[in-house]
Amino acid sequence: MNKVMNIVVCIKQVPDTNEVKIDPKTGTLIREGVPSIINPDDKNALEEALVLKEKHGANVTVISMGPPQAEKALREALAMGADEAILISDRAFAGSDTLATSHVLAGVLRKLDYDIIFAGRQAIDGDTAQVGPGIAVHLDIPQITYVEKVEVNGDTLTVRKAWEDGYEIIEVKPPVLLTAIKELNEPRYMNVKNIFETFKKEVKIWSAKDIDVDKDLLGLAGSPTQVKKSMTKELKGQGEIVNKPAKEAASYAVSKLKENHFI
Amino acid sequence: MDFILSKEQQFVKEMVREFALKEVKPIAAEIDQTERFPMENVKKMAKIGMMGIPIPVEYGGAGGDNLSYILAVEELSKVCGTTGVILSAHTSLCAAVIHQFGTEQQKQKYLIPLAKGDTLGAFGLTEPNAGTDAAGQQSIAVLNGDHYVLNGTKIFITNGGVADTFIVFAMTDRSKGTKGISCFIVDKNFKGFSIGKHEDKLGIRASSTTELIFEDCIVPKENLVGQEGRGFGIAMKTLDGGRIGVAAQALGIAEGALEEAVNYMKERKQFNKPLSAFQGLQWMVAEMDVKIEAARYLVYLAAYNKDHNLSYSLEAARAKLFAAEVAMEVTTKAVQLFGGYGYTKDYPVERMMRDAKITEIYEGTSQVQKMVIAGSVLK
Repeated sequence: MNKVMNIVVCIKQVPDTNEVKIDPKTGTLIREGVPSIINPDDKNALEEALVLKEKHGANVTVISMGPPQAEKALREALAMGADEAILISDRAFAGSDTLATSHVLAGVLRKLDYDIIFAGRQAIDGDTAQVGPGIAVHLDIPQITYVEKVEVNGDTLTVRKAWEDGYEIIEVKPPVLLTAIKELNEPRYMNVKNIFETFKKEVKIWSAKDIDVDKDLLGLAGSPTQVKKSMTKELKGQGEIVNKPAKEAASYAVSKLKENHFI
Repeated sequence: MDFILSKEQQFVKEMVREFALKEVKPIAAEIDQTERFPMENVKKMAKIGMMGIPIPVEYGGAGGDNLSYILAVEELSKVCGTTGVILSAHTSLCAAVIHQFGTEQQKQKYLIPLAKGDTLGAFGLTEPNAGTDAAGQQSIAVLNGDHYVLNGTKIFITNGGVADTFIVFAMTDRSKGTKGISCFIVDKNFKGFSIGKHEDKLGIRASSTTELIFEDCIVPKENLVGQEGRGFGIAMKTLDGGRIGVAAQALGIAEGALEEAVNYMKERKQFNKPLSAFQGLQWMVAEMDVKIEAARYLVYLAAYNKDHNLSYSLEAARAKLFAAEVAMEVTTKAVQLFGGYGYTKDYPVERMMRDAKITEIYEGTSQVQKMVIAGSVLK
């Protein structure tokens, strides 16, 4: 590409599900005291954008729709090396499902220059994998999901898409939306120097009036999905944690399997 | 009064914790057993700006504060006391000396690569006959035209076998006592410099602790730090800062041991109850917790004072004395809570107990800290 590439990365702040506990009485997530993190697949998406920036030169903008505290995830993205960050936050977005969210993000992207849009495959708090593809449809651009490798050759991207039983290699010209999986790369750590510089930078905050989208598509009104009931799966059997040195633990496991006639 | 870490400090703490859990913890037991210096992790730390946290950006550093650096040493030490001291000796005892006392030319030549982590630093003050009595230096440096000729031996030098840049003290005028000591920057490639015996230690076994030998070592005159005769003052001021690093290392080791003990107590069952349900053991945990928190505020206060140009010599001595004793006590109790398993290398607490001991000894023994503190209180 002749000009500097513009890459926009869509990230979501999620509760660290490794740390989440479920209230046994209500069956709902206990969110208090649970650290918020950048959704893991989104971090792979960001890492790839930063790799492309290092290899080919690019301007990397990170966007996130969320409450004001999602600014932390954007600051973390800046500390990893992103150039700019925009928080998309408005009460009008409250209650958005994946469809409404994809309309909001598409509305933001219509206001930005982009060659490549990166998103994570799916978020660990919802596992829908719908927002990225939704954005591409609204913007009417090609999309490749489950991306495990990206190469830029001139004005063409060569992208490897993972399948359950293999992969597919696709050539595509920007603009394009790619959704990242963890096989794509190993995300970097925040850089200490960037951390101190990041807090001198501005995280822009955009509201509904700053984006290019039909307002009827936003929030609860634009969300056909309704949660009827959520429940916790019943435990069929409970595992046992064995805190013993490896050899003892192995023979203990074998004795249990024998005891239950599995072996 | 503000007891909340700044957003920057919280980010540094989070990032280093993630780094420590992913990169440092998995190899901590192996490098302790094999005494292998973890160069691969030092390089990774350099890449993410950890080797020059409190050094200004124009000198290759991250442009951060001392408390952020102290948090990094603490987080590393939670999982590996060795990695904590590698960073602490490099930053407090070498890079900080050149930053604080060096000439612009010395900063350009030595500080920038140190702060970027392209080179590793060490500090040579202790000699076979000059430990706590640092004034009893036997090493001598004689000016000869455009260079000094340095002779002597340093011992117990952290990062000794792997460092590129050394801060070294030697007598330039023996008749003047401590006022005859001078400070030099020695490059590992200088003629007449070599590495001697590698120490086989109780703890922090993967940190390279060696002798430094100077045999007619040629040190260019421009490598004198400060003026002739100012070396002792530079050493004492440097150790004031270094003590905060050691105190942070001790704090981290103690916290790491308590974390391990708490996890174990929740899982390990005796008499059909987890250990955490026994009041006698709960009380041990409460004591460990309170002492760790008390140590934390002494350590952070010393770093805070340094960041705000307030005096910190006394605060650093208090922090190091207390945190080191807490580290020894907490790690010993952690081994006790693990029982027989705690005494084996299947669990990390015995390593933490061995690592903790050095914090009561180096950069001024606990007894020296008491001399500093009493000297100030009884002034």
